[in-house]
Amino acid sequence: MPTASNAPISSVNDFVVRFANVNGSGSASANEMFARAVMRMGIPVAPRNIFPSNIQGLPTWYEVRVSEAGHLGARGGTDLMVAMNPQTFDKDIAAIEPGGYLLYDSTKPLPPSKFRPDITVIGVPLTAICNREYTDPRQRQLFKNIIYLGVLSVLLNMDVKVLETLIGEQYKGKDKLIQPNVHALHIGRDYATLNLAPIGLQLRASDKVGDRIFIEGNSAAALGAVYGGASVCAWYPITPSSSLADAFTKHCAKLRVDPVTKKAKYAIVQAEDELASIGMVIGAGWNGARAFTATSGPGISLMQEFIGLAYFAEIPAVLFDVQRAGPSTGMPTRTQQCDVISCAYASHGDTKHVLLFPEDPAEAFDFGAEAFDLADRLQTPVFVMLDLDIGMNHRLCRPLAWDDSKKYDRGKVMTAEELEAGKEFGRYLDVDGDGIPYRTYPGTHPTKGSFFTRGTSRDRYAKYTEEGAPYVDNMQRLLRKFETAKDLVPRPLAANGAKPSKYGIIYYGSTSPAMDEAVHLIEARGHAVDRMRIRAFPFHSSVSSFVADHDFVYVVEQNRDAQMRSLIVNECGIDPVRLVPILHFDGTPITARFIARAIGDHLDQLKVTAPARTVTS
Amino acid sequence: MTYLAKPKFRHPGLPKNSLGYTHRDYEGAVSTLCAGCGHDSITAAIIQACFELSIEPHRVAKISGIGCSSKTPTYFLGNSHGFNSVHGRMPSVLTGANLANRDLIYLGVSGDGDSASIGLGQFAHCLRRGVNMVYIVENNGVYGLTKGQFSATADRGSKSKRGVVNTDNSIDMVAMALQLGATFVARSFSGDKEQLVPVISAAIAHKGAAFIDVISPCVAFNNHAGSTKSFDFVREHNDAVNRLDFISSRMPIEVKYEPGSVEVVEQHDGSKLALRKLAADYDVHDRTAALGFLHQHAAKGQIVTGLLFVEKESEDLHAHLGTVDAPLNTLGERELCPGQSALDAINASLR
Repeated sequence: MPTASNAPISSVNDFVVRFANVNGSGSASANEMFARAVMRMGIPVAPRNIFPSNIQGLPTWYEVRVSEAGHLGARGGTDLMVAMNPQTFDKDIAAIEPGGYLLYDSTKPLPPSKFRPDITVIGVPLTAICNREYTDPRQRQLFKNIIYLGVLSVLLNMDVKVLETLIGEQYKGKDKLIQPNVHALHIGRDYATLNLAPIGLQLRASDKVGDRIFIEGNSAAALGAVYGGASVCAWYPITPSSSLADAFTKHCAKLRVDPVTKKAKYAIVQAEDELASIGMVIGAGWNGARAFTATSGPGISLMQEFIGLAYFAEIPAVLFDVQRAGPSTGMPTRTQQCDVISCAYASHGDTKHVLLFPEDPAEAFDFGAEAFDLADRLQTPVFVMLDLDIGMNHRLCRPLAWDDSKKYDRGKVMTAEELEAGKEFGRYLDVDGDGIPYRTYPGTHPTKGSFFTRGTSRDRYAKYTEEGAPYVDNMQRLLRKFETAKDLVPRPLAANGAKPSKYGIIYYGSTSPAMDEAVHLIEARGHAVDRMRIRAFPFHSSVSSFVADHDFVYVVEQNRDAQMRSLIVNECGIDPVRLVPILHFDGTPITARFIARAIGDHLDQLKVTAPARTVTS
Repeated sequence: MTYLAKPKFRHPGLPKNSLGYTHRDYEGAVSTLCAGCGHDSITAAIIQACFELSIEPHRVAKISGIGCSSKTPTYFLGNSHGFNSVHGRMPSVLTGANLANRDLIYLGVSGDGDSASIGLGQFAHCLRRGVNMVYIVENNGVYGLTKGQFSATADRGSKSKRGVVNTDNSIDMVAMALQLGATFVARSFSGDKEQLVPVISAAIAHKGAAFIDVISPCVAFNNHAGSTKSFDFVREHNDAVNRLDFISSRMPIEVKYEPGSVEVVEQHDGSKLALRKLAADYDVHDRTAALGFLHQHAAKGQIVTGLLFVEKESEDLHAHLGTVDAPLNTLGERELCPGQSALDAINASLR
């Protein structure tokens, strides 16, 4: 951290490096290698891809937060800018923290007005070096990325062996590429050693990574679907969820092929649109397979009619919603938590759905698997609410774990033997009082247990009716089922502040790492706060209790309309003034600085101006 | 008559099929459609075909969309599971169901509103994927439940009951099915049971996407002079290319027709289709020629019926996807969950 305004920042294992590149220039693999190298040195690292809705030519950034303390949320601000995109150069320079550093391509001289006096400017003639070393234009471009990686490795004191190993792993199987890349790395290293002075940002090998793994949320969620027993996947490409279906395809090819027959124990269909994908999922769920789709907000909008059918006809389905900024096409490559309401109450008529909110890839794996048990148990659609920040970035998280003694919960399915033995079957008959009826799979028994599934109203034995009383009876049973869900879904996790507090914070999903850090910042300002991380909807009773136990509860979320707050107000019957919205919705991931400032300022103000609260009951 | 429950009484002398089921075992609830509706004749033909084929009723899954035609699965195969889904989306629900259990017979029932308008996309894509199913469109050129609006299959120039002339071009679903790669394509007429029953039987025996367009006059809204989907019009303009006799692998094979006029087509399951050729120049295995034949006759105002195309070596979506032989819905954690040891290896690769 800078000690004086213009003094160069001096920091070991705690800074932010941002790479500004042009989309499609091959920078991604070099940048990712940088992040991995930091991780391999045992230093916690959190990379984030900030990319445009474009294939080639538009600006893209890769931000790497290095944090010995283990803070994995976005921090905000840049300590070292690797400015490789002339298009965004001025904006990138402006984004550097006072006392920060700039690494740029100095082949073409730039006037001093292009720089800032309060930063350290490091010029490397990258283009000139590449033009000298390579003749092929494509090589000139690609190796430029590796050369700046070499430069950085000297400036930041990275372990060169780690980088060389990573290059070997990256090009495993394409071994001819290893040596040229190692060579390029050393071109950069040699230039830096000869020409550049050391800087204040340093990496030092540590042991803070432990056994954690580095994985994208979409890949982890897809693995969850594999472990959870999904055998049918129907999807339609949409950013930022496409990589989830891609990952499922990849994982299945490795993990789900019969070793003898080489046949697939899964079926994946890229549908013609989102309507067809959810239709296939519902058809498969009706027929007793575990099925899912992966989509984002616009897809959820398209699926509304079918989601209502699955709710009313009581068909298990799992939907992974990797949220992006809406409405409409919105910001397709930016993150938000903006589909909470549209998923919770998806479709026409009276509907409510089960939502799960994982905080990171490890939980995306857990919930990704658990969603299938819940969908079967509750015979209803279950939404796993990811977002771009979790889904499309590599995140350090605990290793994925599976209990081998676990059996899938296929819910209440009546078998041919039970039917044969004369057990009473009413498709919509609440025999156990939990609102969940029994179902049969098509083809179970020649003369018993068949029924007609429809979106129109029916009686307890699935017989068509437009009578008011059976309709109401059925709708109330569905509410009972939703009550049952409250104790089946993952419970919220609460943590007390350093001191007993009248104030609480509710948050969920990808806000988690920023919140872990923000709590310390808020405490540093002299405020203690309790917190609760909501992990599912419908809300467990402890959510109401948490609000009741505090004077105010801040509800921190990444959308404009305070959607989770509305859901809590609506479902828990809470006076809205008790819930203070803290909202971040510019498409970038929420930061600890933002949360700490917003809550800290509010608490500061409360200390001065808030009248003593009168307790009336 | 729809307020009357079907009597449980059955004649002791009713003929039984090879499984010991009578015709009654393939029936469903009493139809709530208008008396004389063409759709009820199609229902009767489906019942007849399933009875004759000795299909176990519960091994059929009946899936439909929304509309008069989509109501009919309630009226046949009462011991089968049925799914009346959402408007125009039967194909996706059927595709998903088929992926989950490849061992059932999938009967998709739809109408011209359901399949040619709101569901045109799903109609097209399930055919091009080769989903193993029988896709029946009960085609009356009109929206019945919403009281007589034109559908997209109504011919240009045809007149509605209220006297409005349709100015939009019509969609020929048979031509589309041929173009989209359906491996069994037929057109029939609800008033022609002799043609329709064997066509349905052959489609059930077919492995792959079988499409049948059945012209089915709407007695309430589209059976007047000026309509091109009325009983009278279709009877006058019906030009059958062949008459079909279906011989399942379980039936004794007796082809009793004159050689030369009969073509025998063998399907995957060993069943045989004996085609009594009416149009001498018609080749049932030539997709391109079938399209041309269809267009030439349509230009002359004729409605071509019969089995129009069948692919000899047809495949289905499961073959394309290379799925295991066991239905996916029978696989449990033992087959599906790779376990902690595989996860350990994955974790190790992510550090």
